[in-house]
Amino acid sequence: MFAASLIIFRETLEAALFVGIIAAATKQLPLRGRWLASGVVAGVIGALMLALTADQISAWADGIGQDLVNVGILTVALSMLVWHCIWVSTHGRQMAMDARQLGASVQVGQRKPWALFVAVALAVLREGAETVLFVAGSLTGGGPVGTGPVLLACALGLVAGALVGLGVYAGLSRIPTQKLFAATNVLIALLAASIASQLARALSQAGLIENGTAPLWDSSAWLASDSGLGTLLHALVGYDARPSAIQLGFYVAVLAGIYLGTRLVLHKSNGTMSPRGASTN
Amino acid sequence: MSAQRLFPQFAIVAASIALLCGTAQGADLEVQLSIKNHRFEPTELKVPAGQRVKLIVNNQDKTAEEFESHSLNREKVIPGGGKATIFIGPLKAGRYDFSGEYNEATAKGVVIAE
Repeated sequence: MFAASLIIFRETLEAALFVGIIAAATKQLPLRGRWLASGVVAGVIGALMLALTADQISAWADGIGQDLVNVGILTVALSMLVWHCIWVSTHGRQMAMDARQLGASVQVGQRKPWALFVAVALAVLREGAETVLFVAGSLTGGGPVGTGPVLLACALGLVAGALVGLGVYAGLSRIPTQKLFAATNVLIALLAASIASQLARALSQAGLIENGTAPLWDSSAWLASDSGLGTLLHALVGYDARPSAIQLGFYVAVLAGIYLGTRLVLHKSNGTMSPRGASTN
Repeated sequence: MSAQRLFPQFAIVAASIALLCGTAQGADLEVQLSIKNHRFEPTELKVPAGQRVKLIVNNQDKTAEEFESHSLNREKVIPGGGKATIFIGPLKAGRYDFSGEYNEATAKGVVIAE
């Protein structure tokens, strides 16, 4: 019973934290709730479809079909987050200034957070598909536990996961508007790096990368990946007790890419745009 | 920092990634693992250390199972009645526990690299 709740909780947690951070990051956008909700719904529908076709997908490409789908999902999610980070830290700063000056800015209203919408849908899709397969298995598995208790256990796990996401959102919402952009942008950059690390792992698991797949270190004695804190840090910043060189390489490369990309765009806009666009560096 | 000075840094990052991404070559050792009645069979898999191994998991149950191992740094769902391939290692000599996350009470096993 509780094992089922725990599994659903773990799967939900990652997506819920993701949605919580994105919700805080887009706090000022009108219709944000509608965008986020559509992202979650699209993700759930996608998860059901992915779960229904799991048999076929799994058999693709000599048994690595699921990894290939994962690689695709992670790559798109990663691109969306990196693009968002670079865009927000440049134009977003301008937006925050305008928003403070004009109250509810017209300009902000025209921004459609589609990149984040896609990223949210994909996060829900990825975690959701596994959840659906697990629940389906529990219901049809003919175990000693009936349908009602299984569904109740799953609902408990789902609610608990969602509550953690809500907590993160509530916490971030207390940050003043001027600093909120910077704070959420750092968190989104870390989410992007964490996705990059997962991408590297998916590629190793599928046998598409051969070098650098051995673990660099083992910190599981200090903080195990499956402990409570380990799970939370895994979802937030991509903590892994036994990361491979390739995972760490991807992680660092994405953070460096976002940093350099932001500097590059800022540098360009400083040269061409109005003095208002001047950055703080 | 000027844009011109940033490009070499991009190039270094890109080159490091390219270097790390060696493509898979040669035949990997194949090891078979089955899941039946929410148990792994065999429960002990002996593999050579220092070599990548192609693990083929055959799920004979009707329900999905998630092969999970924190020590191998792997997790993958195998649909009911389905097969999946998981590449593991190269491993240092030692014991690496794995389990079926959906049936942790019964589905347990260990990879022994030597």
